[in-house]
Amino acid sequence: MSDTAVSGPKAPAARSFFSALQLDTRLLGMIGAFIVLCLVFNFVTDGRFLTPRNIFNLSIQTVSVAIMATGMVFVIVTRNIDLSVGSLLATCSAMMAMTQTIVTPEWLGLGLNHPATAPIAMAVGLATGLVIGIFNGWMIGYLGIPAFIVTLGGLLVWRNVAWYVTNGQTIGPLDENFQLFGGINGTLGATASWVVGGLAVLAAFYVLWQSRRAKIKHEFPVKPVWAEFVIGAIITVAILGFVAILNSYEIPGPRLERMFEANDETMPAGYTAAYGLPVSVLLLIAVAVVMTLIAQRTRLGRYIFATGGNPDAAELSGINTRFLTVKVFAIMGVLCAISAIVASSRQTFHSNDIGTLDELRVIAAAVIGGTALSGGIGTIYGAILGALIMQSLQSGMAMVGVDAPLQNIVVGIVLVVAVLVDIIYRKRTGD
Amino acid sequence: MTTPLVEMKEISIAFGGVHAVDHASVDLYPGEVVGLLGHNGAGKSTLIKCLSGAYRADSGEIRINGDRVQIHSPRDARKYNIETIYQTLALADNLDAASNLFLGRELVTPLGFVDDDAMEAETRKIMGRLNPNFRKFKAPVKALSGGQRQSVAIARAVYFNARILIMDEPTAALGVQETAMVTELIHELKKQGLGIFLIDHDIHSVMQTCDRAAVMKNGKVVGTVKIDQVTEDDLLGMIILGKCPPGAIPGPGAINPEIAAA
Repeated sequence: MSDTAVSGPKAPAARSFFSALQLDTRLLGMIGAFIVLCLVFNFVTDGRFLTPRNIFNLSIQTVSVAIMATGMVFVIVTRNIDLSVGSLLATCSAMMAMTQTIVTPEWLGLGLNHPATAPIAMAVGLATGLVIGIFNGWMIGYLGIPAFIVTLGGLLVWRNVAWYVTNGQTIGPLDENFQLFGGINGTLGATASWVVGGLAVLAAFYVLWQSRRAKIKHEFPVKPVWAEFVIGAIITVAILGFVAILNSYEIPGPRLERMFEANDETMPAGYTAAYGLPVSVLLLIAVAVVMTLIAQRTRLGRYIFATGGNPDAAELSGINTRFLTVKVFAIMGVLCAISAIVASSRQTFHSNDIGTLDELRVIAAAVIGGTALSGGIGTIYGAILGALIMQSLQSGMAMVGVDAPLQNIVVGIVLVVAVLVDIIYRKRTGD
Repeated sequence: MTTPLVEMKEISIAFGGVHAVDHASVDLYPGEVVGLLGHNGAGKSTLIKCLSGAYRADSGEIRINGDRVQIHSPRDARKYNIETIYQTLALADNLDAASNLFLGRELVTPLGFVDDDAMEAETRKIMGRLNPNFRKFKAPVKALSGGQRQSVAIARAVYFNARILIMDEPTAALGVQETAMVTELIHELKKQGLGIFLIDHDIHSVMQTCDRAAVMKNGKVVGTVKIDQVTEDDLLGMIILGKCPPGAIPGPGAINPEIAAA
């Protein structure tokens, strides 16, 4: 959060263009690595990697891990760890699956696909995640059990609570409205996607303008106006480019025909429709915005980072660090529940192995995204980018046809090397 | 005589059977610097932490301006305008100067969001007064020198209108020039009518800075002296032997003169 602009005045004249933009060099490095990765895979797969279809798939595959990774940033920043996120996801998913296949249709007599089913199921899932998160945080903060132990125990406990709740059975199919959050079954279509993209661009310009106005009000130095516009233009191209790519992924003809048949209509000849933005990706963006706001613009976020930087100083400043731990794990629990919605609805059923090994993917995403295990440093956007890089690596290798064991070996090596690069970067810049 | 700013009476605190502080009493008047002296483990830091809210005394009472008060947390202490500058520099290394200065008391916008720009502006103002050479407002305080970090800690106390300032070895980690800067600052704050408790090992600097000194040994107060009535050797005698010089007000920790003479 505070590692921006440090290098500004020190940068040599040749880099004045970039220093005027005052961009985060770490962010640029990660984006650069991601682009290189994509280009390499695209080259090796003869252009199959960067197709609208694969970009669409990559996006929806990343969402579940990325949502949890934003919460893991707070957990790791406060010098804790959460090894139970995958199991917690499974328990939340099991609770939601049982709610919508047994509780609402049979016990409450609402039948299948009732409009109230999805909201009730989600409320149950979110409450489950919240309560378990608070319980974890209480054990860590107030009973003083190390987070590693509490969540290592939780890894076993919650995985098997999920098993117990469902008797180990696959529960499905899930409610139709619930499935809208899964990805391919819930997209906005072309027009609505353009509208959302346009609103996002407006919001970006508003934020840039607001921050400039506040700086001028306090008579701080501001970037040249052209630099603001260059940044605005980059953001605009990125947002609208993403929407354009997703909008050019068209729903296959047979599937469209089935959709029309379901409504007792016939498809007009030559009719096409695009998927557009998936609801799950919008959910991730919403989570990212809220978590970034918490991190950078609220007292809670400030205290999370202060506690990570120096727990004693935080305590002496009057911050209740125990209650803070409870809050951090409560947020993590709720995010696991949101991920459970996405993960189970993406596969349209709850399976006993849902979320297995997600704790490792989530921690890896946060760490690759620049979150320091020593605490105090980490960003939300970094963790999301980390999740995206991990997922691209995995599916890129699968596409190239790398053997499964080699895929995992590469991912493991990348994790270690990414942290090494980060350490070297921090030493060089003195951050 | 005016009411003391702070009176700590008969304060005791024990950790697992060890009496870290044993019926210790000290007081502090406005515009006065009182040194707290003693060996490591003599109990001076522990005693003062009862005032700053980091510890809670087992028994004894604290009076601020003559009124009995309960201080159970650092937040309580701040309510009575007590600010502490710790030996270990209680700063969050990863945050910038403004975030540290306002830690726990952030300025917020009407919507309740943290107002970083306003805090930076205030920080620039106060640092301009205290340490005009301070420039690194955007960098995390990890990147600052010992003196710059100490000036952030002092700025925190000054900004929030401290009336009682506790300084726990404020110059321990500093170079010569930076020490001089802090000493000058102490004189400045004293002139403004603050009462300052100064915990220090350096007898020479205590002689220069303080008006009175209270010496502690094994958790007990040996005695309280006026600095202009004693020599450095007298203070050393109090610290090492627990022997009160003439003119001192002896405390429970002073050795009995008759036994000492025998």
